[in-house]
Amino acid sequence: MSGDSSPGQVAGADEVLANLMEAVPSVEAGRSVGDRVIRVPARDLARVAGAARALGFEMCSDLTVVDYLGKRRVRFEVVVNLLSLQHNRRLRVLVPVPEGDPEVPSLVPVYPGANFLEREAYDMFGIRFAGHPDLTRILMPDDWAGHPLRRDFDVGAVPVQVKDAPQVR
Amino acid sequence: MAHLTAPPQLLTTTLGKAMRWAQQQSMWPATFGLACCAIEMMATGTAHNDLARFGMEVFRASPRQADLMVVAGRVSQKMAPVLRQVYDQMADPKWVISMGACASTGGMFNNYALVQGVDQIVPVDVYVPGCPPGPQSLMHGILTLQDKVVSGELAR
Amino acid sequence: MMAEPTSTTDIWVSGTEAPEVSEWMVSGTDEGAQEMERHETTERSVEQRGSRVVDDWVVDDTVDDEERMIVNMGPQHPSTHGVLRLNIELEGEIVRRVKPIIGYLHTGMEKTAETLTFLQGGTNVTRMDYLAPLHNELCYSLAVEKLLGVEIPPRAQAIRVLMTELNRVSSHLVATATNGMDIGALSMMMYGFRERELVLAFFEKTTGLRMNHNYIRPGGVAADLPDGWEEDVAEILERIPRALRDYEDLLKENPIWLGRTRGVGIITADECLAYGVTGPTLRAAGVPWDLRKAQPYSGIEAYEFDVVTGSRGDVYDRYRVRIGEIHQSLRIIEQAAGAMPRGDYKTGDRKVSPPPRQRIDESMEALIHHFKIYTEGFKVPAGETYLAIEGPRGELGCYLVSDGSGAPLRMHTRAPSFSNLQALPIMMADSLVADTVACIASLDPVMGDVDR
Repeated sequence: MSGDSSPGQVAGADEVLANLMEAVPSVEAGRSVGDRVIRVPARDLARVAGAARALGFEMCSDLTVVDYLGKRRVRFEVVVNLLSLQHNRRLRVLVPVPEGDPEVPSLVPVYPGANFLEREAYDMFGIRFAGHPDLTRILMPDDWAGHPLRRDFDVGAVPVQVKDAPQVR
Repeated sequence: MAHLTAPPQLLTTTLGKAMRWAQQQSMWPATFGLACCAIEMMATGTAHNDLARFGMEVFRASPRQADLMVVAGRVSQKMAPVLRQVYDQMADPKWVISMGACASTGGMFNNYALVQGVDQIVPVDVYVPGCPPGPQSLMHGILTLQDKVVSGELAR
Repeated sequence: MMAEPTSTTDIWVSGTEAPEVSEWMVSGTDEGAQEMERHETTERSVEQRGSRVVDDWVVDDTVDDEERMIVNMGPQHPSTHGVLRLNIELEGEIVRRVKPIIGYLHTGMEKTAETLTFLQGGTNVTRMDYLAPLHNELCYSLAVEKLLGVEIPPRAQAIRVLMTELNRVSSHLVATATNGMDIGALSMMMYGFRERELVLAFFEKTTGLRMNHNYIRPGGVAADLPDGWEEDVAEILERIPRALRDYEDLLKENPIWLGRTRGVGIITADECLAYGVTGPTLRAAGVPWDLRKAQPYSGIEAYEFDVVTGSRGDVYDRYRVRIGEIHQSLRIIEQAAGAMPRGDYKTGDRKVSPPPRQRIDESMEALIHHFKIYTEGFKVPAGETYLAIEGPRGELGCYLVSDGSGAPLRMHTRAPSFSNLQALPIMMADSLVADTVACIASLDPVMGDVDR
């Protein structure tokens, strides 16, 4: 939650993070339940990813979206988990994305492994990733309507059918 | 020429009985493993449980050569047309076993993604309960199917 | 394409008339834009060749269109390990482009997780990677515990390590078995599943089920180890190394096996990192990255074991790494079983874990706690966290967001198979079509993990 991360608290003590914040000034550093997180505006995501890659975060291990419908002013939050093997540490990048224009730059040019992850995020939440080479649905059928993991998408539970089996001949 | 001199060894039966007997003893399942149940289906086919005892171990990759479809696992909305197509490709006579809670009813996943019961797509002969059903359960399901075929209830 | 039609459809029992054909039945199996196109844009082609890292890809216009052919493999295919579907562009015998099409097992588990309490969540995640259910449970439980901030007693931690490492053994046995079957070593299939039954029998005794246990829960484990567990584990420790020697006889220097696996499906360390590939595939490429060492969890840092690595990153190395990891897991199991601490198998925090059965008869408090936990569940403080463990297929992560209520606001699983599957085009580009199944099998994808 937003209250957990207090900007600026960690920077300075941490060289990698300080370098990152120097490269992209709009980065806000914080902590969330013991993990390091940074908050970045959507327009700077690609720059942050590029800088992080240069600083030794080799892998984009996870990318997902959270739908804070009714909980926050900005509805979506793209969550990118970067992993550095050489520093043995993780970095979580949180990117608020408004409902009206759910578009963030694609990370595929920096981290090719973000390809499937971004397609999944698009499929499940309808977040568009500008510059993604193949932004199509990945888990749902191609002609599916809606984005199932949005909070306002119905779970789709069917009432349990309790009835006699049809008479066998 | 022994068979000319030996007394004639004959067995009389009805055509229906002979057909049912033949159908019962050599059912070849199609591999339609989908999820967790598929692993149990594989375990049923391998050394420890040895499905070969029932004459049904020849899992066929091609639906054209199979006459039993064991739907092992959850069927998603995306998979449903494929499943139906595979079923349509199987040659008659054919049977379907719905293996596990998910295939039979959707199981614990009552949501947008799953078909709530494979019996909305294909006609099911035997439902095997469990999540996942152990090899013994699947074997019981198969034996039930064989019994029903030989008794004529499900003979085709 | 919504869920409504199913509610009105009649069920179709054998011997009755078919119900009316609903819309999706006639829509066919075409997946439109998700499929490979005959002439792709350069961007998409680069992606499907997996050549973003090496960057040496050039469009080869000299080949006649007649010689190119797009072959569809799966989703119903015996060697795709479930319901994976591949579009493969062939040029004669050579694979040029590969595009995995997934989602055929999409179960909507992340949506279902939002409707279940934190305690019930285990039943959901355990069905994701059905070859490593205990790892899924552990990962989820650790994430919940991190948000809760509860301490786990040492015995529970040791049981967790014991069970997950046994699970790693059984999972790698299946991986090796199916890898053998796909390349034609059918005996390997029989052997692998034979030894797996041994582990599964122990799981059944301990958890009540062969798979999908829901044994590791937030706060500890569901039950203590059964009576006589030491003998069972000792038998496993005695029989599996013997079986592994059989496998070595069967495969290690088998010329057919070597011919089918050496130099096949190569992926370099750089490519692994760029495409988010983890687990045995990454280690076979020579990167000694194991989260059990790098970011230990559940007290696993107390045990002695080595990280097994390969050097060439081919199918053979991945097979060797898996066999090596079975040996290492057995080492951990031996240590865990030998030094199993006494004490509780779940936390004493009564807000999180239910009281012991006999306390319910004596104490009103205990009864209330028991009732509350199983009806509305426990509340988890608001916050978000990501926690990863080393699953048999790689980094298995759980991203959990709580808004302070009894059910997660969002539960996302970082599925190792999902990311690993992106390595398939890299491994297969410009290889022979016959090596396709070897590549798929060596990656060991579990479709339940990919599609969730």
